[in-house]
Amino acid sequence: MSETGIGKAVRRKEDQRFITGKGRYTDDINRPGQCHAYFLRSPHAHARIRKIDLTVAKSAPGVVTIFTGTDVEKDGLGGLICGWTVHSKDGSPMKQGAHPILALDTVRYVGDHVAMVIAETYLQAKSAAELIEVDYEVLEAAPNVATAQAFDAPQVHKEAPNNTSFDWELGNKAETEAALKAADRVVTLDLTNNRLIPNAMEPRAAIGDYDSGTGEYTLWTTSQNPHVARLVLSAFVGVAPEHKLRVIAPDVGGGFGSKIFIYAEETACTWASAKINRPIKWVADRSEAFLSDAHGRDHVSHAELALAADGTFLGLHVKTKANLGAYLSTFSASVPTYLYGTLLSGQYAFPAVYVEVDGIFTHTAPVDAYRGAGRPEATYLIERIVEIAARELGQDPVEIRRKNFVRTFPHQTPVIMNYDIGDYDAALNKALALIDYPGFPARKAEALSRGMRRGIGFSTYIEACGLAPSAAVGSLGAGVGLWESAEVQVAPTGKVEVFTGSHSHGQGHETTFAQLVCERLGVPFEDVEIIHGDTGRVQFGMGTYGSRSGAVGMSAISQALDKIEAKAKKIAAHLMEAATEDIQLKDGVFTIAGTDKTLPWAELTLAAYTAHGFPRGEIEPGLKENAFYDPLNFTFPSGCHICEVEIDPETGTTKIVNFVAVDDFGVIINPMIVEGQVHGGIAQGIGQALLEACHYDETGQLITGSFMDYCMPRADDMPDFKLGFTQTDCPSNPMGMKGCGEAGAIASPPAVINAVTDALGIREIDMPATPARIWSALAAHSIAAD
Amino acid sequence: MYAFDYHRAKSIAEAAEQLTANDENKILAGGQTLIPTLKQRLAMPATLIDIGSIAELHFIRAEGDAIIIGAATPHAEVAAATDVKKHNPALAHLAGEIGDPAVRHRGTIGGSLANNDPAADYPAAALALDAKIQTNKRLIEADVFFKGMFETTLEEDEIITDITFPHPSKAAYVKFPNPASRYAMVGVFVADTPAGIRVAVTGAGAEGVFRVKEMEDALTKNWSPDAIADIKVPEDKLLSDLHGAADYRSHLITVMAKRAVVATLQEPAVA
Repeated sequence: MSETGIGKAVRRKEDQRFITGKGRYTDDINRPGQCHAYFLRSPHAHARIRKIDLTVAKSAPGVVTIFTGTDVEKDGLGGLICGWTVHSKDGSPMKQGAHPILALDTVRYVGDHVAMVIAETYLQAKSAAELIEVDYEVLEAAPNVATAQAFDAPQVHKEAPNNTSFDWELGNKAETEAALKAADRVVTLDLTNNRLIPNAMEPRAAIGDYDSGTGEYTLWTTSQNPHVARLVLSAFVGVAPEHKLRVIAPDVGGGFGSKIFIYAEETACTWASAKINRPIKWVADRSEAFLSDAHGRDHVSHAELALAADGTFLGLHVKTKANLGAYLSTFSASVPTYLYGTLLSGQYAFPAVYVEVDGIFTHTAPVDAYRGAGRPEATYLIERIVEIAARELGQDPVEIRRKNFVRTFPHQTPVIMNYDIGDYDAALNKALALIDYPGFPARKAEALSRGMRRGIGFSTYIEACGLAPSAAVGSLGAGVGLWESAEVQVAPTGKVEVFTGSHSHGQGHETTFAQLVCERLGVPFEDVEIIHGDTGRVQFGMGTYGSRSGAVGMSAISQALDKIEAKAKKIAAHLMEAATEDIQLKDGVFTIAGTDKTLPWAELTLAAYTAHGFPRGEIEPGLKENAFYDPLNFTFPSGCHICEVEIDPETGTTKIVNFVAVDDFGVIINPMIVEGQVHGGIAQGIGQALLEACHYDETGQLITGSFMDYCMPRADDMPDFKLGFTQTDCPSNPMGMKGCGEAGAIASPPAVINAVTDALGIREIDMPATPARIWSALAAHSIAAD
Repeated sequence: MYAFDYHRAKSIAEAAEQLTANDENKILAGGQTLIPTLKQRLAMPATLIDIGSIAELHFIRAEGDAIIIGAATPHAEVAAATDVKKHNPALAHLAGEIGDPAVRHRGTIGGSLANNDPAADYPAAALALDAKIQTNKRLIEADVFFKGMFETTLEEDEIITDITFPHPSKAAYVKFPNPASRYAMVGVFVADTPAGIRVAVTGAGAEGVFRVKEMEDALTKNWSPDAIADIKVPEDKLLSDLHGAADYRSHLITVMAKRAVVATLQEPAVA
C-alpha cells in the first residue's frame, strides 16, 4: 500500500501555507476601488425605530453612502430564510416573522442590523456610524428561553403568539406514557444546556464585487457552503440571478457551524456593491462576532426515564424548550428537532421514546447549528439521566449501560433513526481498560489523602452524521437535498484535479481527499489537487457540516473515481489490445492479467487526450468524470468517553486528570487528522462543561461579549487525551466511513459533568461547572448534610 | 480607535510638560490596558505621550534594604531580575504571573499602579510591601496611593518615576484567576515587612485593593495559616459578578491568604 493512501498519517498539505502565513482568507483579498462597510447595530434588545437621521453621518469624511432597511425594501429584496420547515403537533408549519437584511421598524436583539455605512476606509465608516441618530422607543425584552412563553412576556414577532414558533413532537407517545405508568422506577431530571458563542478563530467577512460590464456579482465570504449561499442569495433573497453570482469561500479559519448560515452582512455587501458600483469589504471584529454570529445550544429540558427494577430502560419522555433567538437562522428549526429528538434513544434499546420540543423566539441573537448541533444536547440529556439512574438504583454506571445496549443491527429506534452497525461493548471495554477502571477506587483514596475529591464519569454516545439521504430529509422538512458532488479531472500529464462540493475550513480535506485518490489511482500524492469553495470552478455542492465530508463528500469522489477507472481501463484495453475486464490498475500502472505487459498511468492519460486511433463511437477522448452521491442512510459514529476529575473543595476548581475517548468512526483515512478532530471536539466539549457560557441580562444585553467574560478554553485547561479506536465499517456508504468532526463535542460534556457530580457526591450541577458553582454546590451540600 | 497624535518623550520633564499641555493628553507606558481601550473607542486622547523609551524610567536596582524599580520596567524584567529574586522572591513571582508573555514583556509596573485596575496584581504587592511610589513631584506611600477602582492620588500632571520595595523578611502572593480573563479574581499578598505584617487583597474589593487588618493582627501574633482560617472579609466590601459572588470571593480571600502563609513557610526564609 502507498505511504500516502488510506489509513496513513500523512502530514497536511495545507499546513505549508497556514503555518507560514500564506493562507488566503477573505480579509487578505482586496479589490481595485474597494470601499469598506460598517454595520450600525442595535444597542437595545427590543425597540421600535421611530426615525433614523443620516444627515450628519452622510457628510462625514470618506462616506460613500449609508443604507437602511428602507433602501433594501425599496429594491424589492426578500429577507433571510430558514431552509428547514418543521411542523407543530397540530400539523401547522412553524411560525415566523420576517427577517429583514437591515431592520425596518423594529430591532429584536442587541447587534441587530440597523444601517450599513459605506466609506473609503473602515475607520471612516465606523466613525460615521457614530453620527447616525436613531430615535428608539425602547421596549421590554424577553431574552430568557425559560420564561419567554409566559402570557405577559414581550412578543418577538406578532406572527408567533407566546413567542412560540412550533411545538413539535416525535416518538411513540402512548407507549412512552404507558411505560412511565408501569415502571418500577421513574427517574426525573431537569437540566439546561448552556448557550454557547462559537468564536471561530477567523471572524466572519465578506467582499461584494459587482461588475457592471458583465452584470456579474462576485462574493468572497467566510462560508462552509458557498453553493448554498449562492442559491439562497439568488433564489430567495433575490440579490442576483444564480448564474450571475459567483460565491468564493477562500481559506476559512474555522466555522463550527457558525459559517453555514447566510447572514445579513454578506447579503448587504453583494447587493450594495451594485448600488454603488464598487467592491465593498466588511470584516467583523471580535465584538461583532460575539453579538451577531449564530449562537449554539440553549435548551431547558425536563426528562423522565422509566426503568424496571433491574435497571432495564422502558421508556423516556423529554420535554424541551429550545431557544431560537430573535429570527430563524438558515437551519435553526432542524437543530432542536430532527437533529436532537432523533438521537434521544442513545446507544440503548428503548422500546418507547417520546420527545416534545417548543421552539421559542427570544430577544437574543439567532441560535443555530454549532459543532454537534442537537446531538450534544441529546447526548448530554440521555447520558446524564442514565448516570443518575445508575446511582439511584445502586448500580454501576457501566453495568446499567451494558444492560441496555443495542446489540443487534440494524436497529430501528422509536425516533426515526435506523442504526446500521456498531459495537458498543467493544468501545466501552477498550475505554475501561485505557482508564484503568479497576484502579479508580485507589486513585480516589489517594486523592482524598491530599484533600482532593476525585470522580469518574461516563458517556457512551451515539450520533448521526453523514447528512443525509435527500429523500429522508426532504420528508422531514428540509428545503434542500443533502447529497454531495465530485468531479475528477485527469490532465494529459496524469495529474489529477478533484473538484469537490465539500468545503474545508480546518478539516484537512486537501490531504485526506488526495489520499483517497492516491489509494485508488496509485498516482503520487503531490500529483493530486483538491479544489473547493468556488462556485465558479466547482459544480453545485452542499458544503461541509454535520461531519458529512468523509462519508458523503468522499463517497462522491469515490463514485467519480469508479467512472475514471472504468474509462481508463477501457482506454488501456484499447491501447494494450486486451479485453477491458482483464485490465488491472495497481500502483499507477495498468497490467493485463496473466501477462507481463504494462502501461504507466501517464502514458495512458496522454493517450486519453491525443485520442489517436480511438475507435469512433466507442471511446470518447478525455478523462474527466463527475458524480452526485446521495447517501443511503445517516451514519452512526459511537463510542465511549470517560473522564476523571479532581476537585479542590476549598476553591471549587476542577482539574481533568484523566480523559479517555474511544470512538468508532468506521474506516479512518488519516489517523493524525482524526485525532486532531477528536482533540478539538473534546476541547469544545470541556469548554461547554466547565468554562463557556453566554449570558444575557434581563434587559437582553449580552454580558459575556468579550473574552474577558466569555471563558474560551485554553490549552492549559486541557488534559492529555488518551484516544482509542474501534472499527465497524459503515455499510451505508462505499467508503465505510462514519464521520469524526463532532464526536468529541457531542460525547464529552456528560462525561465531564458525570465525573464532577461523582466527585462532589451530588446529583446535579449546571454547565459550565465553574469553580464558583461547584463551591456553592459544596456549601449547600455541607449545609444540607449538617 | 480614534485618531490621536503620538509623541515619544525623551525625558520625564518633557513628558510632564506634554501632559500639562492638554487635558486630553495621556501617558502611554506599556499600553497593555490603554491600547485595548483605544481599540474599543472607549478613550479619545489628543496626544499619547510615550514614556517607554525614557532610559531613566527603566531600571531595577538593590539599594540598601530595598529594591527600586523604574516605572517603565516591564513585568518580565522584574520577574527575571536577580536582585528581585534574591531579596523579594514573592514580587518576582507575582510579576512572572501577570497576564501572558506578551503582556509581561510590554506591560510596566508604573502603568499597572497608575491604572489601579481592581483585578491587577501589582497593587497588592505595593500595598502589602509598604512600597513608596515616587513621582515627578513627590513620594507617595502605598497606603495613601490607592483610592478606589481605577483611582489613585496621582494628580493630572503627575507621572510615576519609580517604586521602592523594602525587603520583606517573608512574603508570598497567591491568586485565584478569573477563569475567563485570568485577571485575579482574588489575589492575596502577605508580607512581613519593616513596617510590620501586612496583608493586601486585589481582585475582590468593591473599591479596589485593600488591606485586611484583622488578618495582619492575627498573623502578627501567630504566623500560621490556622491563625487566619476563621477570618472572613465582610461581603459588603466585595465585588459580586458573573464569575463569583461576594460570598465566594470572601471565602477565597481566606483560602488564598492561608495558602500564601503556607507558601512562606515552605520557602527558605529570605535573608
